[in-house]
Amino acid sequence: MTNARLHNARLIDPETGTETLGWLRIEGGLIAETGEGPRQGGLDCGGLCLAPGLVDVGVKVGEPGERHKESLRTAGRAAAAGGVTSMVTRPDTLTPIDTPEVLDFVRRRARDDAIVRVHPLAALTKGREGREMTEIGFLLDAGAVAFTDGDAVTTDTRVLSRCMIYAKGLGALILGHPQDPGLSRGAAVTSGKFAALKGLPAAPPMAERMGLERDLALVEMTGVRYHADQLSTAAALPALRRAKAAGLDVTAGVSIHHLTLNEFDVGDFRTFFKLKPPLRSEDDRLAMVEAVADGTIDIICSMHTPQDEESKRLPFEAAASGAVGLETLLPAALRLYHSGQLTLTELLRAMSLNPARRFGLPGGRLSVGAPADLVLFDPDAPFRLDRFTLRSKSKNTPFDGALLQGRVAGTWVGGERVFDAARDGAVA
Amino acid sequence: MSFRQPHLLGIEPLHPEDIRAILDLADRYADAERGQGVRGRPLEGLTQINMFFEASTRTQASFEIAGMRLGADVMNMSMQASSLKKGETLIDTAMTLNAMHPDLLVVRHPHSGAVDLLAQKVNCAVLNAGDGRHEHPTQALLDALTIRREKGRLHRLTIAICGDIAHSRVARSNIQLLGKMENRLRLIGPPTLMPSAAADWGVEVYDDMAKGLDGADVVMMLRLQRERMDGAFIPSEREYYHRFGLDAEKLKAAKPDAIVMHPGPMNRGVEIDGTLADDINRSVIQEQVEMGVAVRMAAMDLLAQNLRAARAADADAKGVMA
Repeated sequence: MTNARLHNARLIDPETGTETLGWLRIEGGLIAETGEGPRQGGLDCGGLCLAPGLVDVGVKVGEPGERHKESLRTAGRAAAAGGVTSMVTRPDTLTPIDTPEVLDFVRRRARDDAIVRVHPLAALTKGREGREMTEIGFLLDAGAVAFTDGDAVTTDTRVLSRCMIYAKGLGALILGHPQDPGLSRGAAVTSGKFAALKGLPAAPPMAERMGLERDLALVEMTGVRYHADQLSTAAALPALRRAKAAGLDVTAGVSIHHLTLNEFDVGDFRTFFKLKPPLRSEDDRLAMVEAVADGTIDIICSMHTPQDEESKRLPFEAAASGAVGLETLLPAALRLYHSGQLTLTELLRAMSLNPARRFGLPGGRLSVGAPADLVLFDPDAPFRLDRFTLRSKSKNTPFDGALLQGRVAGTWVGGERVFDAARDGAVA
Repeated sequence: MSFRQPHLLGIEPLHPEDIRAILDLADRYADAERGQGVRGRPLEGLTQINMFFEASTRTQASFEIAGMRLGADVMNMSMQASSLKKGETLIDTAMTLNAMHPDLLVVRHPHSGAVDLLAQKVNCAVLNAGDGRHEHPTQALLDALTIRREKGRLHRLTIAICGDIAHSRVARSNIQLLGKMENRLRLIGPPTLMPSAAADWGVEVYDDMAKGLDGADVVMMLRLQRERMDGAFIPSEREYYHRFGLDAEKLKAAKPDAIVMHPGPMNRGVEIDGTLADDINRSVIQEQVEMGVAVRMAAMDLLAQNLRAARAADADAKGVMA
């Protein structure tokens, strides 16, 4: 059933930047009509927020190769519970998604198992080894939305520049991971007071700026469309602002964890807080929040990285990096709304409209004709997160036991209701 | 107040009162070892396991002797050769050992924080014998005891720590301890071996020995940890010795009665002149080794007291429920 009516909803439209109390009608999986004020019939939303579903860029799913950490089925359920209607998935799997055949496998698995939309990224170089470019043309035809080697930074700038020139010819988008590989080698945390006190190997913020400056120089040279997957430091922002002012086709993202946590949250070597790039200083965190508010940073993502218990139950240096985030992306982001730093439309712009636009996906809008990918949420509902209630196969969230405010009540993909908190149980 | 901790994982969580309690008891054990007093067998019936995931001679021997002298049953496990090679994780190793009901677990590990992790998984007292670059609390305590016995106090002294601060857990523990006891601290070393945030620690940072040692009561030298270095930190050992190696000439900047310390093992002719290290009028290096045994006796004795008290309270609680 892809026809539905929703009324008594606070419509959050990031495209127009408006919030109105009104109604919305779905027909054939698309938004057919919207309006202000009361209207009878269909689902009474009880005054909760109705917004375009979140588009999460950079979700790691363990298919192929590590399905014990996360499958397309579990990731899809987690996404639906978190209000994420489109996942842009990462190619740093085992094996990497670097051929049209592997990409096709992922698309078929997603079609059969995932209850939200899945748009795969493909590797930029074969095996993510930084030596030979992948079949960018074939991969585009097979449905790749962009290309990246993830955290395996290509050190050979000649190879990278050729990949960019080739990608530019095809109009493809490239994602970079701005991190100088030398300065950040072996790092577990960010340089500074905390690293020095705990005796942990550290990456200086300057490594991020150097990585970004290098990539931006190559973008200037080749003219490719470029997106920095995650920035986390104030030091990198001036370079990004300069590139944008110079008219380069450049955007940047930040993970929700870098917007809501800082280096001291690691505390007594808690490995669920080990991320890549590492959590930064409070000054850096605040600079990133401001950069989202002023539009310098375009996209907020969860950087959902499932890790099993074994890979986290190790000494900090030896433990795996990354945190799950699909189900906590919205409640964590709402911290910034409740603290008065970002409005709901600003948040939705960064988590829905901008990623959809940048990756050429439908969605991110509440206008007539857009797909009915929607999230209904109560921005005020408080709860304490218990990681074992997460739908992700892996439970490595830094928000275990944290007080969060804001719960998803329902999620629709193409007009189909894929999550109903009353029926499926809210994230708790 | 007295020593209230269940483990000795580092100096950071200790209160000055905890530190004083260990040092006071260690003082008595040091005297007993010299034949002035009785040490008793407070660890009688307890099992002490020394788990060293990283090579050690002196620290392991010191813990072993300390345990034996107080009556514990001591077992040494060299973990480099053991199950880690078979792929067992640190936590599994800890759980296995825990099932054998040890009372005192002495652990050294090459990763910062590994001993904290292990302590969460066992129900006995855990002593950190050095974790990565993080902490080496018994070394700082034995240094403190040596200083207190030599200088008659452990506050308002000017103490210079020299050399490879960045890779040193000895330095981190000493900075914590000597800071808590309200001393004036100076760190001296080449900028490549100085943590970038050192200035935030409430210490003075120098890269010139003459300036850094000026007026110092205590000069602590650190070993150049070549095995922890993964790249270029110093141009050569001879240039390092020329600029940062301690010899009689450089020591002239310190107070005339300044003592010279080194946690060992020494690289003679790299960070310290061999003749100076052997000078019994200046060097207290041998006394540090001696105080090491006394401090470890005291720490294990106090932890065992707390362990027994906790177990008795547990048993009482169970009795009440039954």
